[in-house]
Amino acid sequence: MSHAAIHDQHDDHHGAPKGFFQRWCMSTNHKDIGTLYLIFALTMFFIGGSFAMVIRAELFKPGLQLVQPYFFNEMTTLHALVMIFGAIMPAFVGLGNWMIPLMIGAPDMALPRMNNLSFWILPFAFVLLLSTLFLPGGGPAGGWTMYPPLALQSGSLAYVVFAIHLMGISSIMGAINIIATILNMRAPGMDLLKMPVFVWSWLITAFLLIAVMPVLAGAVTMLLTDKYFGTSFFNPGGGGDPVLYQHIFWFFGHPEVYIMILPAFGIISEVIPTFARKPIFGYKAMVFAIASIAFLSFIVWAHHMFAVGLPLGADIFFMYATMLIAVPTGVKVFNWVSTMWGGSMTFETPMLFAIAFVILFTIGGFSGLMLALVPADFQYQDSYFVVAHFHYVLVTGALFAIISATYYWLPKWTGRMYNEFWGKVHFWNSVVWVNVLFFPMHFLGLAGMPRRIPDYNVAFANFNMISSIGGFLFGASQLIFLGVLIHCVFFSKKKAGERAWEGAKGLEWTVPSPAPHHTFDVPPIIHDEELAHGNVNA
Amino acid sequence: MGQQHDAYFVPTKSFWPFVAAAVMFTTMFGAAHWLNAEPGDSGFGRTVLAVGAIGVLGMFFGWFRSVINESLSGRYNSQVDTSFRMGMMWFIFSEVMFFGAFFGALFYIRMFSVPWLGGEGHGALTHQFLWSNYAASWGADGGNGPAHVGGSFSTVAAWGLPLLNTLILLSSSVTVTIAHHALRAGHRGKILVFLGMTVLLGALFLNFQAHEYIEAYRELNLTLHSGVYGATFFLLTGFHGLHVTLGTIMLSVIWFRVLKGHFSKEHHFGFEAVAWYWHFVDVVWLCLFMFVYIL
Ligand code: HEM
Ligand SMILES: [Cu+2]
Repeated sequence: MSHAAIHDQHDDHHGAPKGFFQRWCMSTNHKDIGTLYLIFALTMFFIGGSFAMVIRAELFKPGLQLVQPYFFNEMTTLHALVMIFGAIMPAFVGLGNWMIPLMIGAPDMALPRMNNLSFWILPFAFVLLLSTLFLPGGGPAGGWTMYPPLALQSGSLAYVVFAIHLMGISSIMGAINIIATILNMRAPGMDLLKMPVFVWSWLITAFLLIAVMPVLAGAVTMLLTDKYFGTSFFNPGGGGDPVLYQHIFWFFGHPEVYIMILPAFGIISEVIPTFARKPIFGYKAMVFAIASIAFLSFIVWAHHMFAVGLPLGADIFFMYATMLIAVPTGVKVFNWVSTMWGGSMTFETPMLFAIAFVILFTIGGFSGLMLALVPADFQYQDSYFVVAHFHYVLVTGALFAIISATYYWLPKWTGRMYNEFWGKVHFWNSVVWVNVLFFPMHFLGLAGMPRRIPDYNVAFANFNMISSIGGFLFGASQLIFLGVLIHCVFFSKKKAGERAWEGAKGLEWTVPSPAPHHTFDVPPIIHDEELAHGNVNA
Repeated sequence: MGQQHDAYFVPTKSFWPFVAAAVMFTTMFGAAHWLNAEPGDSGFGRTVLAVGAIGVLGMFFGWFRSVINESLSGRYNSQVDTSFRMGMMWFIFSEVMFFGAFFGALFYIRMFSVPWLGGEGHGALTHQFLWSNYAASWGADGGNGPAHVGGSFSTVAAWGLPLLNTLILLSSSVTVTIAHHALRAGHRGKILVFLGMTVLLGALFLNFQAHEYIEAYRELNLTLHSGVYGATFFLLTGFHGLHVTLGTIMLSVIWFRVLKGHFSKEHHFGFEAVAWYWHFVDVVWLCLFMFVYIL
């Protein structure tokens, strides 16, 4: 049955289609769609970043100086929504799109048209979300978690809810596609336990996405009907309960934070072996650790709600369950370090970001453990300590991994090397300023500064000023990143070979750089020694 | 890996995905604008919503037609078929989780929030300070909370229309299975009869549900406003009803496709996908009948 018809249209068999609309809006090509995702994520990263600059500028000094409190709250809310749903998640999907088929020997994603739909929903969804800033009702300002009853006061709730529905549809379709690709499109011989850890991490992440995005859709739908159709889900007068929203939201929310970190784990597990020139230490343990983290992520949600007055038994259960996650996470950190141990390491930019990830993400993990202690969390809840925690795991965790991946695979995407010197300048600036930005937040939180507040006690002035300076400089450092990218894509003269990095293993390094528009028209023959994990059983 | 493939299949470029994203956006933008409309609004949102909704229908029609044509021309190999199957299965799983959110809300409300409002448990002071004479209970007296939101109402009796609807959906699951067996045996006439019966049963179900809603609103004063009882009742049964509607439409499309001879004994993914969906809708209904109507 499967003869001849490889690509339906022969004219695009070899190269990319010519017309702009044809190529980018009608694409069924995982590389082009991956590129779209990545460009979209980068754009959103700068938009979300500019919101963060507003926040840090307002918090530079105590007192109100630049913006109105309501606008400040819009900024914190939209900063989070844009970064989570617009920058981090699409960046991972973009990386998955580009790399998964190359890594498993597939010609493309399993459902290429749905892939295109998943992408194109996103720009529309963000137009809907960001348009609220210009509407009479104002944008959402009740925090990205949208707790009722506060969120119900927002004039533009319907826009936000529908934007989230769209993002959810996009994520679910993207995740279905990734699962079908990994389970159904692997080249013969690419056994599940020979797949790169990045592919494994995406397989599990995709499962999490399909499991929890619909739950978020349900939660915001209830918000919608409570506000516009007179239901009483979250209204105690009618028998409902605002805490119910928190349960449903965090049943989504905690797996969601793992959705934003598991692919990062995968990336780091690709980068470190390459530059340590050693296979990953404990491949199977890495895979099982990801799977158990994913499982545990479903039974810890109430650690975000310790302070709402849960029954004691619930508090204790969720405390221990949360602490349990530290075990598989510790396994991962241990294995990354062991992979480096005794390796012949070199420190190109991707590796620098990966090492910074290992150290700084661990700091975020430790503050997470502190937050998991119920009695301690009663103090830390809703303080800057929480802000410090999640920025260590998300910025120096998820974002650093994305940046590392970008430098790592850029030669494969463009066929050229980026400028290593400026890459390092970007790295050192990022890593220094990100700590100046977020480390003082631990102290602020422990001293009692609440989050999501435009003004604060003068006692907090010094650390806030330091943090703001770090923020501006971290923001500025990302312009270096932009510069390096633009230079690499358009101007770099330095050609990259098939195997751009000396120690790199895996199928993606066996195809030319830049990867041709179509790769693996026929399933490739897999040689175990080519693979990063080809000899797991040995 | 199941079977070996000498070559992979990658579909052609298509503008349907982009169109789909655009019409979905139009629909949602229209709906949001409409919901936020001030009194005296020109009805702009509603117009946009209508345009978007028509666009969505057109998009589905166009996109599926092109996929069906490709399928008929034999371009999809067994690997593509497996991808479609996986896609459908995981889609249904996502739907399960969507209903899970609403069932979860129902259980939480019945097991925790309503009893707490009635003074159960430790430290729940709402009862003591705000509504000390609220005796927690579910159903007609108490299901709309201590403030009796929406006024007093009565519930729909489980053993009337809902029971009938249960029997209808269960038999429709049987008929669709008979049709599936007939398809595999290649008896076109039999497929058409039993699939047709399934469609009719689906329509009958929807008809009865509409009656039930009308009665709830007109006679029982059970509405969306009837506190959290009304909220869970209408959102759970309403989303289920929407799925039945969708399923019935899909079944009718499949019926026409059978009529046109689109399916063979071996190749009938479209049929199976819809049949799975139908069984899923059926199972959701059984849960609804149990937890919303009976208990
Ligand atoms: C060892 C692992 C971790 C533990 C024990 C942990 C624990 C916690 C706890 C207890 C809270 C609630 C704090 C509060 O509101 O009082 C929290 C908040 C948060 N965590 Fe973690 N966490 C861990 C890892 C992560 C990771 C990997 C991410 C994301 C990549 C993450 C992202 C977040 C976010 C975004 C919040 C704040 C949500 C909000 O209230 O807006 N955490 N974490
Ligand atoms: Cu959490």
